[in-house]
Amino acid sequence: MESTLAERAAQTRMSRSADAVGNFVRRSPWHAFWGLVIIVLVAMAALAPVIAPYDPIEPNVSRMRLAPDSHNWTGTDIVGRDVTSRLIYGARASLFIAVSSVVLGTLVGGVWGLISGFVGGKIDLVSERFVEILLALPGLILAYLLVLVLGANFWTVIGALAISRVPTVVRVIRSVALSVRESMYVDAALTIGASRARIVWKHIAPQCIAPLIVLVTVDIGGVIIAEASLSYLGVGIAPPTPSWGRMLGDANPTLYPMWWLVAFPGLLITLTVLAFNLFGDGIRDALDPRLRGTT
Amino acid sequence: MNRYLTRRILLAIPTLIGLTIMIFGIMRILPGDPLGTFMTGDYFQIMTDEEINRLKADLGLDRPLILQYWDWVSDVLTGSFGRSHHRNDPIINTIRSRGLISMEIGFLAVVFSWIIGLPVGIISALKPHSFSDVSVSTTTVLFLAIPNFWLGLLIVLVTVTFWGYHPPLAGVHFWEDPWTNFQIVVWPVVVLGTSMAAIIARMARSSLFEVLREDYVRTARSKGLVERMTILRHAVPNALLPVLTLSGVMLGFALGGSVAVEVAFGTPGIGKTMVSAAWERDMNVVQSLVLLYGMTFVFVNLVVDLLYGWIDPRIRLS
Repeated sequence: MESTLAERAAQTRMSRSADAVGNFVRRSPWHAFWGLVIIVLVAMAALAPVIAPYDPIEPNVSRMRLAPDSHNWTGTDIVGRDVTSRLIYGARASLFIAVSSVVLGTLVGGVWGLISGFVGGKIDLVSERFVEILLALPGLILAYLLVLVLGANFWTVIGALAISRVPTVVRVIRSVALSVRESMYVDAALTIGASRARIVWKHIAPQCIAPLIVLVTVDIGGVIIAEASLSYLGVGIAPPTPSWGRMLGDANPTLYPMWWLVAFPGLLITLTVLAFNLFGDGIRDALDPRLRGTT
Repeated sequence: MNRYLTRRILLAIPTLIGLTIMIFGIMRILPGDPLGTFMTGDYFQIMTDEEINRLKADLGLDRPLILQYWDWVSDVLTGSFGRSHHRNDPIINTIRSRGLISMEIGFLAVVFSWIIGLPVGIISALKPHSFSDVSVSTTTVLFLAIPNFWLGLLIVLVTVTFWGYHPPLAGVHFWEDPWTNFQIVVWPVVVLGTSMAAIIARMARSSLFEVLREDYVRTARSKGLVERMTILRHAVPNALLPVLTLSGVMLGFALGGSVAVEVAFGTPGIGKTMVSAAWERDMNVVQSLVLLYGMTFVFVNLVVDLLYGWIDPRIRLS
């Protein structure tokens, strides 16, 4: 009997989340469409070895600098690598780096903001000064400096982009924590003798979940652009691993005006950012109706 | 107003000090040895120990960190910003010759974004869900997704293919040769300006949209004020405040984004200089130029705050 109850509970949970997805699709099909685009992009990244027509790294000297044709749908680059295959593999770097740095930065910033907002006092004062200093440097330049000094690889790029996001997240979550701290139910919990840890965990943290999810989904687009900019400036993940920004950096249109090397990576970045931004807008509207229609 | 001004300026000082400590810390403490980070293993194998030590002494790297930090800060305070390793030239000379171009681009891009973004945002807010509103929001969403350095590359591609464009080799100031200067700055201004205009238009639209529902707008309308005056006198000034705040934040994106845009166009500005210095492993130049970006950002946000207090008395009195 016990197990069937548990099974039923699991089933209810499943059907509930299925309902939530169904509701989202019905209410805002436009945003759901962009969610579908994200799924296609992620599938493309995951299945890269299966769907890429050629090797993305091996040069092919007999097919250099070819405009798009029936063999190479988006042309070949200056050492004869197939641009389509490189675009498909490039999705791995862009998506993985963007998603993990946003999640990492949001988690760190979220915990930091929660502590700073709830504990308050001296800790909050010191933390605010730190946040101000981190905010004093434009995020992209901070990330650029960090990757430059630490050396460019997968993890340093993720870390640098995450750090450059932390201060903004701290600001948002801190203000949520500050406003929740003043609310009646926190007073009530204090009165009946709940511990501070319990209050933070049970009463304040749940209030921060919606803003956190909103921050993650809305900001992924910007981080994809930031990652592409870093790669473009030569401090992204190391070559020969393909990344969209690096492909643009290698294109160098003043020397070799080959339009396909410039057009396709940029189009793919734009499409991806567009998908995340519009899907993020939908998520924001669904989770926090008060924000609907702003920015 | 004076007290507000003094307080804001005094608050910026610890931030600037913290900024120098953070940049210095990232440059020196994180990886351990700046020579190690800035020269790859091959260089070290070629050099003898004696040469390495001489190089370190030459660069002042054998001294305690705190003294090195002090050297740098005093270089910044005396206005020389330290010396370039490669050119053995005070960095302020580079900032003077390259910085003005970047400043010109940044300033004109902000002006451009306000001129385009504000009217567009106001028109969309006045006629929500009309054809022009929908097309404006579609365009802004699109421009927010386009990396601005890619837009730059596309422009370079088109001009190279059809007009034989070549990137400017040296910076030319406005007063030396206005036409050449215009050719250098025009495209970076348009590229940076459009992406900022998209953000401004979005913000202006939602902000004005809110303000139009306020009581004082209804009062103005019900006392029979002409609609145009209601909007220009009562609604727009109040709607501008969030847009102004946003301009400060946005400048951060613009400063960061301008680096890649300058590289895309080959503009001889601070951003391109910083990236070239990074390629040459010219640590002092990178360090001081990063600080310059931070100082600019802090300074502009300070100005925005002061403007904010000047426009909205509630802020400076609280």
